[in-house]
Order: sequence, then C-alpha cells, then structure tokens
Amino acid sequence: MTRLALAFADGAVVAKRNLIKIRRVPELLIWTTMSPIMFVLLFGYVFGSSIDIAGTNYREFFIAGVFAQTVIFGASGTGVGMAEDMTKGIIDRFRSLPMARSAVLVGRTGSDILYNSISILVMSLTGLLVGWRIRTSALEAIGGFLLLLLFAYAISWVMAYVGLKVPSVEVVQNASFMFIFPMTFVANTFVDSSQLPGPLRTVAEWNPVSAVAQAAREAFGNTGDLPEPEVWSLDHPFLYSLMWIAIILAVFIPLSVRQYNKATTK
Amino acid sequence: MTNMIQTTGLVKRYGEVVALDHLDLEVPKGSVLGLLGPNGAGKTTAVRILTTLLVPDEGSAEVAGLDIRKEPDKVRERIGLSGQNAAVDEYLTGYENLDMVGRLYHAGKKKSQARARELLERFDLLEAGDRPAKTYSGGMRRRLDLAAALVAEPDVLFLDEPTTGLDPRSRSQMWETIQELVRGGSTVLLTTQYMEEAERLANDIVVIDRGRMIAHGTSDELKVEIGGERIELILANSADIPAGRSILAELSGGDVQVDEHTRNLTAGVTGGAEALRQVLQRLAEKDVAVADIGLRRPTLDDVFLTLTGHGAEEATETSEDDKEGSGSGRDEIREKEAVR
Ligand SMILES: Nc1ncnc2c1ncn2[C@@H]1O[C@H](COP(=O)(O)OP(=O)(O)OP(=O)(O)O)[C@@H](O)[C@H]1O
Ligand SMILES: [Mg+2]
Repeated sequence: MTRLALAFADGAVVAKRNLIKIRRVPELLIWTTMSPIMFVLLFGYVFGSSIDIAGTNYREFFIAGVFAQTVIFGASGTGVGMAEDMTKGIIDRFRSLPMARSAVLVGRTGSDILYNSISILVMSLTGLLVGWRIRTSALEAIGGFLLLLLFAYAISWVMAYVGLKVPSVEVVQNASFMFIFPMTFVANTFVDSSQLPGPLRTVAEWNPVSAVAQAAREAFGNTGDLPEPEVWSLDHPFLYSLMWIAIILAVFIPLSVRQYNKATTK
Repeated sequence: MTNMIQTTGLVKRYGEVVALDHLDLEVPKGSVLGLLGPNGAGKTTAVRILTTLLVPDEGSAEVAGLDIRKEPDKVRERIGLSGQNAAVDEYLTGYENLDMVGRLYHAGKKKSQARARELLERFDLLEAGDRPAKTYSGGMRRRLDLAAALVAEPDVLFLDEPTTGLDPRSRSQMWETIQELVRGGSTVLLTTQYMEEAERLANDIVVIDRGRMIAHGTSDELKVEIGGERIELILANSADIPAGRSILAELSGGDVQVDEHTRNLTAGVTGGAEALRQVLQRLAEKDVAVADIGLRRPTLDDVFLTLTGHGAEEATETSEDDKEGSGSGRDEIREKEAVR
C-alpha cells in the first residue's frame, strides 16, 4: 500500500472508532444539533426583525452566515476531540501499532465531517421554517453545501493542531472561541461588509469566512438585489475560498502530523 | 543465537531526573527477560523507548534487528505492547477494540474478526465481549489490553507489569499464555513486581535501580550472588534461644539472626543437608525442643531487597538511611517464612 492509501485506510478505522462513540453517547449528537437550531432561530427572529439590508430579505441573507459560523464552531470540536484523545491511554496503543502516523488525525477530521453534515442539515430544515429558500438549482445548492463542508474540514485541521498544542479540553475550547468570534463576526456573515468602517471593512472583505458565506449565498440564490461586490475576493468568492482551503490544508496537515508525533514521544 | 532486543547505552532524562542511565540489555530470540526494579527505577521508560513511544536522549537499540530510531514503523510491525496502564478505548466493546487493533496491523477484515473472537475466548472475555470496555472491571480491562498486545502474534512482546491487578486464576492463565508464546518462538520482555512471576517466566533477570543495571543473571545465579542457603530454626521454648543461637553460630561461623518474639533463628550455612543434620544432632544433645526447622535458599525477594537496598515506596527519595529500610524489609520476609 502506498503511504496515502495507508493513511486513508487507517484513518477510516480510526474514524469508525470515533463514530462508534457517537452511537454509545448519543447526547453528543443531540447537543451538536441543538446549537445550530438555536443560532438559526436567534438570528432569524432577533436580528431578522431589527436589521435591514437594502435589496435583500435578511432572513435569507443571514442563513449562509450562520452556516459558515456554525461549521467553524463544529470544527472546533476536532480540537477538543484531539485534546481528549491525547489524555487517553488509547493513544499509546495507536502509537505502538504500524499504522500511518497521520491516521489518528485523518480519522478525527474525517469523522467530524459527519458532525458538520448533520448540523448543516438541521440548520437547513430550521432555516426553511423561518423563511429561508433556495432560489437556484439543486446542483448549485449542493455546490454551496460542499464548499461549507470543505471549509469546515480545513478549519478542523487548524483546530486539531490547537488541540495537540494545548492538550487540555478546557483550554482548547476557550482558545478556539477567542479565535472564532472575531473571525466570524468581522465578516459579511451577518452584515453587509461594504457598510463597515475603514480597516474593519478591509479585514471583513478579505476574510475567508466572508468569501465562504458569500459563495454559499450565491449558491443558494440569496443575494437578492445586492450590488455586485467590488472587491476581488467577494467578486470571486468560490475561487477565493478554495484558495484559502488549499493553503490551510497545505500548511496545517503537515504541521498537525508533526505536532502529533512530537506530542506523543515526549 | 540472535538477540531480538539489544540496547546499548540507553539514556533518558526528564529534567534533573535520569530515568535511564546507560542501560544495556540483550534478549536472545525465544527467551524471556524479566526487568525488575523498585518504583521509579526506569522500567516503564525502557519499555516505552523499545516500543517506539519515546525517543531516547542517547544510546541505540534494536528490536527484531531493526533500529528503533531509524525504522520505528518496521519495529511496530513486529512488536506487541501491553503497557502499565491499559490502552483500550472505553467506548468500544472488547470485540471492537480487538478488531480495530487487528485492522491497524492490516490483518484484513475476516482475519482480524476471527482473531478478536479467539482472543476474547482465550482471555475469558467472551461474555463481556459485546459490552463497552467502560463497563469492565480493572482486571478485565487489563486482560483486554493483553489480548490487544497479542492480536498480531508478534515476534517480540513487551509486557509492563502484565499481571498487576489480576486475580490468581487469571494470573496463572496469563503465565501459561506467555509460556505458550515463548514455546512458539516469541521473545518477551516483561517487567514485574512479583518475584514469583519473574522466577516462573524469566530465563534472565535484570535488576535496575535509578536507571542503572545493578544485577543480571538467572534467578539461581542472583540468589548465589547474595549468599548461599539458610537454616531456619523455630524453637518450642523461648528459654532455649541462647542455646539455639550458640549452636547455630558454631556451625555457620557467622551471624545468627534472632527474632525473640517468634523464636525464629536464621543463619547462613554452607554444606546444605549435612549442616542441617549436624544442627539437629547438637540440638538433640542439648535437649532443645524444636518446633520447626528447615533449610531454605534465599528467595528472589531476598535478592531484590538486598540489591535495591530499600523498600519499593522509598525508591525515589533514597539516601544513606536506606540500609535501615532493607533491614526491616528482610525481617518481614523472615517472619513470613517463620509463619509457614
Ligand atoms: N513524563 C515524565 N516527566 C518527568 N519525569 C518522568 C516522566 N516519566 C517518568 N519520569 C521519571 O522517570 C523515572 C522512571 O520512571 P518509570 O515510569 O520508568 O519507572 P518504573 O520503573 O516503571 O516505576 P514503577 O514500578 O512505579 O512503574 C521516575 O523517577 C519518574 O518520576
Ligand atoms: Mg512502570
């Protein structure tokens, strides 16, 4: 077997193990699905009734933003999972087996795709209830969903790195919140970024989260009569998002694998 | 014969603590090495280095002819590990744990499932096999971990205190399993705090303390090293203690250890049964009533206590006063023997 095939095969075994845990502790899944519902309802009714973005229906506008934010929160679960694994004896077992060095990470990030898929599904259903509609073709919409999942997958690798670097579940949780809140709010997720003042606007416009939200918005046909964004990143949100995803994966996969090996041989 | 485990000058430091201090080990193919030592001696550290979980600061080691630094992946294909703490996933069932391990050794679905069932049966876990390991007792978890170490029928097996926490029946089953594996050609390095276990399983014993090897040999060799046989005499009456002491002193030409309370007298002798016969004869001449008398060889416990010079608990902060510790430890042993 080539190294890549080995990483996938072993990663699948580890992913299966993670999924069995969900079956044994179904509460995990219940909580994963509760928070997306809460987010959609909060934004739909609280902000939806008070914020008005000219040219669009806010309840359609914000949902792509909630999707983007929620999958990033979902990805932070990867960090928590890794940090938790590192404190367990099973890591010694994994380390003494002739499995791919990356398998524990490949498995963890892989099984977390399921978490995020479920939360997107739940959010979509709740979104439909509060008035969100897909106004494009099914194919385009699927493209939007896949981009969200792919972006979440890339963020999972960042979170895995954080989880390995600070192997304590509480620290990972707090640290990732510190990073997720600004990242998902200084963006066009819930507001029109072109209305933001000076430097904040620049940051928001080039923030990859904005591009992902914008791409999803376009894929679902939720942009309404908003003018075409002037800035390149939001004018080509798909391309710009994919570039970020590629960069994040290229940097954080090797970094996390190295950190995993380092953290376990001390 | 080729060595399946060979280390040269292994050193591992944790800040100020030197966990391993130039350790050299050799374990020939098909044999069992017992690694003994007080708490904190460095046994687990040695096992972790040899199983590629830890990188040594200095020195080199080969397992199954493979350099643990240069080819750790290949080493892992040849070894099985049961560490000091059970390395099982608590949310998986016993069966799922073993199946997962089999898959990660790349045994294939069919083979690893069959092997999982077989091992559950061998370790008396068939009934509990479909319950999450979370619900297992300590001993059951331990057995599951040992089973996991055997999944791939490895050439070299590392067992760090494999029978700690097992009940007597599971323990002797474990011993049989290990002996069976060795007969099949496996090589085993095991650490233990049970001298009986070392005696029964190990061809070779290495005693380490503070990361250094302090003795090496078969259990018989080690016993000879710390001195020959002992006569142990229990008198019927306390009044006879002085008489008994002088008889033993005469024949042993050395120290006689006396426990007034149990009327137990011990002295090292040479000449074995002949010495015993002479002592009995002298005792009869002086009309000393004997409750019990016997010739006994030093136990591995004696060896351990003599060599490491301190009780297990004080291992980390030993200093000059540890001679006292060893003294009291040996008294305890003597009392135990006397009760028998
Ligand atoms: N991660 C670590 N950080 C700091 N010190 C450590 C670490 N691991 C081990 N040590 C120290 O290294 C020494 C050897 O420890 P080791 O676990 O190898 O002992 P041991 O012989 O297995 O003891 P025991 O019989 O209690 O299992 C001890 O002094 C221990 O405190
Ligand atoms: Mg130990």
